[in-house]
Amino acid sequence: MATATFRIWRGDANEGKFVDYDTEVSEGMVVLDAVHKIQAEQANDLAVRWNCKAGKCGSCSAEVNGNPKLMCMTRLNEIPLDAPVTVEPMHAFPLIKDLVTDVSWNFEVKKKIKPFNPRPADAEDGTWRMAQEDIDRVQEFRKCIECYLCQDVCHVLREHDLHDKFIGPRFFVYAAALEMHPLDTENRLEELKNTDGIGYCNITKCCTKVCPEHITITDNAIIPLKERVVDQFYDPIKKLFRIFRPKQ
Amino acid sequence: MVQYETHEYDVLVIGAGGAGLRAAIEASAAGVSVGLVCKSLLGKAHTVMAEGGVAAALANVDERDGWKVHFADTMRGGQYLNNWRMAELHAKEAPDRVRELEAWGALFDRTQDGRILQRNFGGHQYPRLAHVGDRTGLEMIRVLQDHGIHQGVDVHMECTVISLLKDDGRVVGAFGYEREKGRFKIFSAKAVVLATGGVGKAFKITSNSWEYTGDGHSLAYHAGAELIDMEFVQFHPTGMVWPPSVRGILVTEGVRGEGGILTNSEGNRFMFDHIPELYQNQTSDDPEEGWRYTQGDRDARRPPELLTRDHVARCIVREVQEGRGSPHGGVFLDISWISEKISNAEEHIRRKLPSMYHQFMQLADIDITKEPMEVGPTTHYVMGGIRVDADSQMTSVPGLFAGGECGAGLHGANRLGGNSLSDLLVFGKRAGEYAAQFAKENGAGKVDEAEIEAVASEALKPFDNPDGENPFQIQYDLQDMMQDLVGIARSDEGLNNAGEEIHKLAQRAGQAGVGGNREYNPGWHTALDLEHMLTISEAIALAALERRASIGAHSRDDYPEKEEPGAGKYNTVVRKNADGEMEVSRESIPELREDLQDVIEEMG
Repeated sequence: MATATFRIWRGDANEGKFVDYDTEVSEGMVVLDAVHKIQAEQANDLAVRWNCKAGKCGSCSAEVNGNPKLMCMTRLNEIPLDAPVTVEPMHAFPLIKDLVTDVSWNFEVKKKIKPFNPRPADAEDGTWRMAQEDIDRVQEFRKCIECYLCQDVCHVLREHDLHDKFIGPRFFVYAAALEMHPLDTENRLEELKNTDGIGYCNITKCCTKVCPEHITITDNAIIPLKERVVDQFYDPIKKLFRIFRPKQ
Repeated sequence: MVQYETHEYDVLVIGAGGAGLRAAIEASAAGVSVGLVCKSLLGKAHTVMAEGGVAAALANVDERDGWKVHFADTMRGGQYLNNWRMAELHAKEAPDRVRELEAWGALFDRTQDGRILQRNFGGHQYPRLAHVGDRTGLEMIRVLQDHGIHQGVDVHMECTVISLLKDDGRVVGAFGYEREKGRFKIFSAKAVVLATGGVGKAFKITSNSWEYTGDGHSLAYHAGAELIDMEFVQFHPTGMVWPPSVRGILVTEGVRGEGGILTNSEGNRFMFDHIPELYQNQTSDDPEEGWRYTQGDRDARRPPELLTRDHVARCIVREVQEGRGSPHGGVFLDISWISEKISNAEEHIRRKLPSMYHQFMQLADIDITKEPMEVGPTTHYVMGGIRVDADSQMTSVPGLFAGGECGAGLHGANRLGGNSLSDLLVFGKRAGEYAAQFAKENGAGKVDEAEIEAVASEALKPFDNPDGENPFQIQYDLQDMMQDLVGIARSDEGLNNAGEEIHKLAQRAGQAGVGGNREYNPGWHTALDLEHMLTISEAIALAALERRASIGAHSRDDYPEKEEPGAGKYNTVVRKNADGEMEVSRESIPELREDLQDVIEEMG
């Protein structure tokens, strides 16, 4: 059986370093398997999050050789094993320990977005009618497994640390799913412009590239939201309209 | 003096999968304060992995469906060992619970006329599973989560409960730790709802995550509640078998619902070889009729691939044992063959089964639109669990409720696919509702300081023994042993050996040691999980030994007959006796209510 070296970040918010672990690897293994093997055999206190091990829960996000990945879906045969494989925590969030980061900010952000608010039911039995074509695009957004890899690579969060002014790609996808939900009656555009910071996104599409669910975040969620914001707040004709007929 | 922080709630919900979230939402709506404890981050619980759909007799696709058919299907699937009152409530209430999710924002796939689409699934007579492609669980947990966070529920993420606290016979709270810093937390509560899911991690090959260590079952047992029918562990027929690192990962029954067929190494569709008597009238005679069924022909009968999970799993094991398995010890599951039947098969498969396509492509280099998958049984679900009152979901311990997988009764000896997502909605809601009522009617209990001291010092013991045995190794050995001796084929000899092995493992677990400190230390967490895992392993082995018959998911090599002569219908009941030992007994199942008996006869 072959052996490979994994260079894993060990430490907490105060200090840390990469530690090399040699472990045996076999056919079909993913990075998470190797991390678990190391944890079970060499480093019982190595902190790592995981649940489903099938790319469905979005728990095991990390940076493998510098690439934001779900460790459970990253096969070892996709990466060169002749050099140490570096595994480190996501950079856009505060470190708790080893590969585990404090992602609680994301949960706080979500709470602030206005919840789903449906129109009255279409039928007497309290149900609605929706065509599949009308929900296809929202179903794309709802594939999101909240791994936060898109947040991790977004330079507005990662480099500029604007967590208090910008909600990040995950929550633009979330807002888009609500805004484009055929039954929803809420309007979230003012918040998107003023407090959610959609203007900070300069559509470099880094988020789309790393999405393990292949959601076309930038093109299908963020750009349409930006257009709606522009329509509502910057359209010169609408602006005139508002001046002469103030909001009731 | 042990350090801890204290939180007080009217209702504490332990577990934040579908059942826990639904319970928390309901309790909160009843106007009481609610705390919700989850072992992982919110929204990562096991519900997220459910694929095929949620069973509810909405009758959107076939108007012949209704609660009576769903009830009869559930009872038949459970070999009539179900708690019939739960099966009745479930069949009647599931449609409302599903429609409610739509009102909270869920987007299920649609019929042509814009209603919720339903698909075929094993053991369900009509297309009954509301679904979203093959990621229904994700949709459901996200809707419940996103609705729940606006209901004033106080969520404690990455927090594990290790003991329930009692006062005068009643449950009054729980003791646990948060992972980040390893600090202890005391939750004082007037009522506690357990919604901790299942036990699959006690087995080597499982579709379950690290969280599934039977915490709720074990907490309830040690608090004096009863566990019933623990021998009924569902081995889902189709888990991945290759490569080794993905062994056990679930392959949704939806593949077969969409027309997927099972074949052996000789290319034979072996499911036609043996059709159980209970299902003979409902199963197709030839492949062509089976195909028409999957394509919505209302006059066709189901293909044998869509028989109940216990039966399909046993047939697969038979094929492998008799030398007709696939190269890696499974059988073939083929959906690509439908290209013979429909022109746009590849696109159709990718649209209907996107996660499966992705999962096999990524993890096994298999394109399921072009070639068959290799599959074999994987530990998936426990039908048995904490005994509850059907209507209120209260256990035999006052103030302690249970809902979802950790509660027992609905599924009898075997669960139908799709009935677990509906179970967690129906009974999660009921548990939340009645827990809130209990909290309103009863004052706060008193938390015993001495009890807390004792539990805390026990929990910290592994740190006193840094050179003790590696807890991961003990866990692996337990999983290997359970797989071999308490798995899909059981016998007196194996189960007796399992009992002895569990006692040896328990002694080793007592000597487990961990290094490092209390901050996010998986070695420590595993050492603490071991007690729960050993408790439920013992309960499963003991109950399996007691039922000397093969029925539903419980197969005994030494007792192949369905019932012992004269045994009647009974539950196995596991409880802690006065000496603190685990004991098992049998209790007759109450006779079916007359009108429900009529329903079963009416449904044939």
